[in-house]
Amino acid sequence: MEAEITLRINGDEHRVSVDTRTTLLDLLREHVGLTGAKKGCDHGQCGSCTILIDGRRATSCLALAVAHDGAELTTVEGLADDGELSPLQAAFIEHDAFQCGYCTPGQLCSATAVLAEARAEDATLDADEIRERMAGNICRCGAYPNIVAAIADVAS
Amino acid sequence: MRPFAYERAADADAAVRAMGDGARYLGGGTNLVDLMKLGVETPERLIDVARLAHDAIEETPEGGLRIGAAVRNSDVATGALVRERYPVLAQALLAGASGQLRNLATVGGNLLQRTRCSYFQDVSKPCNKRAPGSGCPAREGEHRNLAILGHSEACVATHPSDMAVALTALGATVHVRGRGSTERAIPMPGLHRLPDAEPQRDTVLEPGDLITAVELPPLPWATRSAYRKVRERASFSFAVVSVAAALDVSDGVVRDCRIALGGVAHAPWRAARAEEALRGQPAGEDAFAAAADAELAAAQPLRDNGYKVPLARNVIVRTLQELV
Repeated sequence: MEAEITLRINGDEHRVSVDTRTTLLDLLREHVGLTGAKKGCDHGQCGSCTILIDGRRATSCLALAVAHDGAELTTVEGLADDGELSPLQAAFIEHDAFQCGYCTPGQLCSATAVLAEARAEDATLDADEIRERMAGNICRCGAYPNIVAAIADVAS
Repeated sequence: MRPFAYERAADADAAVRAMGDGARYLGGGTNLVDLMKLGVETPERLIDVARLAHDAIEETPEGGLRIGAAVRNSDVATGALVRERYPVLAQALLAGASGQLRNLATVGGNLLQRTRCSYFQDVSKPCNKRAPGSGCPAREGEHRNLAILGHSEACVATHPSDMAVALTALGATVHVRGRGSTERAIPMPGLHRLPDAEPQRDTVLEPGDLITAVELPPLPWATRSAYRKVRERASFSFAVVSVAAALDVSDGVVRDCRIALGGVAHAPWRAARAEEALRGQPAGEDAFAAAADAELAAAQPLRDNGYKVPLARNVIVRTLQELV
């Protein structure tokens, strides 16, 4: 069954007609052409599909698009500011925080939100705290030490 | 996934009126959408209740808190009054799922999430909870992480929620809107049921019932409360065993206590026998262990999950020790 929804994605408004079964992840990848968010497990367990919905990180594979009509989405494609990498993106490169890169868009969106959450809660992001807060993002290459270092670098 | 119609309810009564055969309420979707992908759930209609006005955490006149059913798990966990008055609840929420899922998941949905028993989630397998009367392969099969208390011939599944274990310890009340605009208040424990011969029924809710809020009673000594969860990995995993506890100690004596267990039964398990054994006792390891033993005497471990009995005992003792 089709539904028409409007979303603001990385600052641009999109009016899309989708089957009610469409998740935000599939909408981004199949309807809008934004393939940064990745489909890993498609069950909310790996975090590679993480995006920001109204500024909050979420697994887009479990979010039905029709239930998020009117939302503002930020994907990895929206993190850079007019071509200039965000501090976190630059730190991931600086710290070599990836190997194959498949989980990286999700790691970046998740970590962007972690920094904001920690600021809002006045929480200190030491390595253990970063690992706990990033537990929803799996990296099968095992780049965790460098991911933690990159986030810690920006957090400090 | 099977096609379905989607509608957004304007208010609780409209949602209840819209509910009918083949329909499901949709909260954050973190469990329901997953089950739809797996073919375990095949609703014809989804009634979205995630944007209803039940989205606030408010103080009650009695000094407790009322948490709307649509409040996201992350907002309960970081709520200043929750952290101050009921640390066990904030800790339980943060021990569950991941930051991404907690941002989507609602309080009502968390309470009504289904078991993660692998047979329930696999539609190619028999399961009395998913297909009543088809059998329970878990009883003789893979049950390392299933129930040790209160299970039945028909079902040995566990309830997966961490939040519900804390709410059970705190004696929360679940507010429900039912058909005909009726309001009910269901105490916890009491929302979730043991499987008996009807494991398809996780809770005592009737068709159409919509959870609108969870109310926490005033419990001043719950400022001394904690949640401890044992998992197969450090984070982002369901409980093997978990304990929610609150302790009221003065002059070295336990005046009152609350203890609930997760990962051990079809429902969050209020350890009433342990509480009874502990009241009036000196706050220390011996009394904590005796209380744990009093509760776990009723344990009926399966072939491969006997390890959960000493594990639960040790986690109860350690959690209580840390509260002294």
